[in-house]
Amino acid sequence: MSMVPPNSYRTGPDINGHFGAYGGRYVAETLMPLVLDLEKAYEAAKADPAFHAELKGLLKHYVGRESPLYFAERLTAHLGGAKIYLKREDLNHTGAHKINNCLGQVLLARRMGKTRLIAETGAGMHGVATATVAARFGFPCVVYMGEVDVERQKANVFRMRLLGAEVRPVKSGSRTLKDAMNEAMRDWVSNVGDTFYMIGTAAGPHPYPGMVRDFQCVIGNETRAQILEREGRLPDLITACVGGGSNAIGMFHPFLDDRDVEIHGVEAAGKGIDTPFHAATLSKGEPGVLHGQRSYLLQDADGQITEAHSISAGLDYPGVGPEHSWLRDTGRVKYFSITDKLAVDAFMALSRLEGIIPALESSHAIAHVMRIAKEMAKDKIIIACLSGRGDKDANTVAAVLGEKI
Amino acid sequence: MSRIAARFAELKKANRAAFIPFITAGDPGVETTAALLEKLPGAGADLIELGVPFSDPMADGPAIQASSQRALKAGMALVKVLELVRRFRKVHAKTPLVLMGYYNPIHKYGTARFVKDAAEAGVDGLITVDLPPEEDEVLRIPAVSHGLDIVRLATPTTDAARLKTILDGAGGFLYYVSITGVTGTKSFAEADVRAAVARLQAATALPCAVGFGIKTPERAAAIAAFADAAVVGSAIVDRMASGASVDEVIAFCAELGQAVHGARD
Repeated sequence: MSMVPPNSYRTGPDINGHFGAYGGRYVAETLMPLVLDLEKAYEAAKADPAFHAELKGLLKHYVGRESPLYFAERLTAHLGGAKIYLKREDLNHTGAHKINNCLGQVLLARRMGKTRLIAETGAGMHGVATATVAARFGFPCVVYMGEVDVERQKANVFRMRLLGAEVRPVKSGSRTLKDAMNEAMRDWVSNVGDTFYMIGTAAGPHPYPGMVRDFQCVIGNETRAQILEREGRLPDLITACVGGGSNAIGMFHPFLDDRDVEIHGVEAAGKGIDTPFHAATLSKGEPGVLHGQRSYLLQDADGQITEAHSISAGLDYPGVGPEHSWLRDTGRVKYFSITDKLAVDAFMALSRLEGIIPALESSHAIAHVMRIAKEMAKDKIIIACLSGRGDKDANTVAAVLGEKI
Repeated sequence: MSRIAARFAELKKANRAAFIPFITAGDPGVETTAALLEKLPGAGADLIELGVPFSDPMADGPAIQASSQRALKAGMALVKVLELVRRFRKVHAKTPLVLMGYYNPIHKYGTARFVKDAAEAGVDGLITVDLPPEEDEVLRIPAVSHGLDIVRLATPTTDAARLKTILDGAGGFLYYVSITGVTGTKSFAEADVRAAVARLQAATALPCAVGFGIKTPERAAAIAAFADAAVVGSAIVDRMASGASVDEVIAFCAELGQAVHGARD
């Protein structure tokens, strides 16, 4: 496919919610008036300084932003190549980047007069962030979570319940994130009057992909200012893990028009991208339609969605946000994948070298850094988004190591 | 005149509503579906909705989700659905048949190739749940050029402005989703549906079918008193789930058909 590079990579989506050939609003007719309303409400909020001021105040005083840009000195020395910085989204309240988006959406829900929140969750981090803002703003909240994920992320299930949310295990399909999203959509169709659906990643029908991205851009905006202050220049390379892709798009978007900054997204290769057990949608998938959007998808020859696999529940999703699909096709962002094994190795390495236990999701980005940093000169700069903390993954990693906790 | 238009014209003349059963192609196996398709017109089906199974049926409740899973497990695929339609057309030249499903299998098959093959197989219309008017041009334009109707849905959330958008490009009949919810889960208040259908009938010359939530012959008759068609899906599919034989399912459909046809007597 030949493509003339656009003047700016930051103008999407268009008025119909498309990023090139991706995105859109592929939802049941019952939901169409709702997504159109949401779009209108979001456009109005975007133009309202009071909305931004309230969000900014919450991000500062409730989340603890800005999050540090940390120079990983021992990891850098260990690899012997480029200087490595970590954007510490793991230090946010609730332990991941998800809260940035949830605060934006809950303010919108309140503006729209909605009285009930629903969400899907994979690893449970978005569920926890949703339950948190629901508690903070006094909304009842239902979180859909695949039965498999409920089992492997018990601590987060308990946290959500502590925060007053109802966690509904989803028993259909592969019983993971995609099925949780199906079930959340079914709930939304059934409760159109009062319910606000908080999608956790930069995916779903328009306006979600662009809206979630906007709320997550605080990551990249801060990073850009912080590195300019620290190093007096932009980085040579930035990277983040990609499941649905919300921390990645939030990190990448403010850098898209900085043509000298190389950008790498990192997907989950599970047991290997040449096995059926991976979640490398952009590397191995094909365009298709699921969950309200056209994007790359893992699917079979009949267009049935196939099951993804990753050790990290947050990356265990057979789709990806539509803007990533577009960025892949334009070549502006390059996408790589990291196996379960390399992710666990990176999880261990960062814990031992820096005293930071990363989420298994973020460990994919760290593993990618470990693969490329040593090939780069010492005066080069890499920034990786450390999207979340790894406490929630203790059981999973202990099982890999053959230890009982 | 298309088979769908011809059928609704006949029914109008007879002052009868249409009975539209829904079954999932390949549930629980391809031969069961073939047998049901062959017998449904004799049981009073005026038009048949054949479900194309999809792995992630977001607008469907537990009954049709499970039915899709059974069909996929038995190896059903879009290419085999068209084969079932070809077999049906050999026996039934006049009963219209519409495919109901989600867009991704069609997208994967290749939209242009699909509409051509579907029209040749004898499909009359398409209901694609996740292609609202804003997104359906990609399917609608080639479909219409092959004589296939794009059946659009209206719902309790449809206001007057939205209805205009829905009707612009709608073909065959208008499908009124009687509840805000997924298939087979809630039941509707008859007065609400009656008012909604009157509103739709005033806005379009297309016949108005009502579906989602009709489970018994009594409910079907109540709807058929004022709507142009009554669609029954989950209640039939539930019988498949409980292991009913083809003859038992056909007997249930015959009851539904009689109820619909007698509703205005």
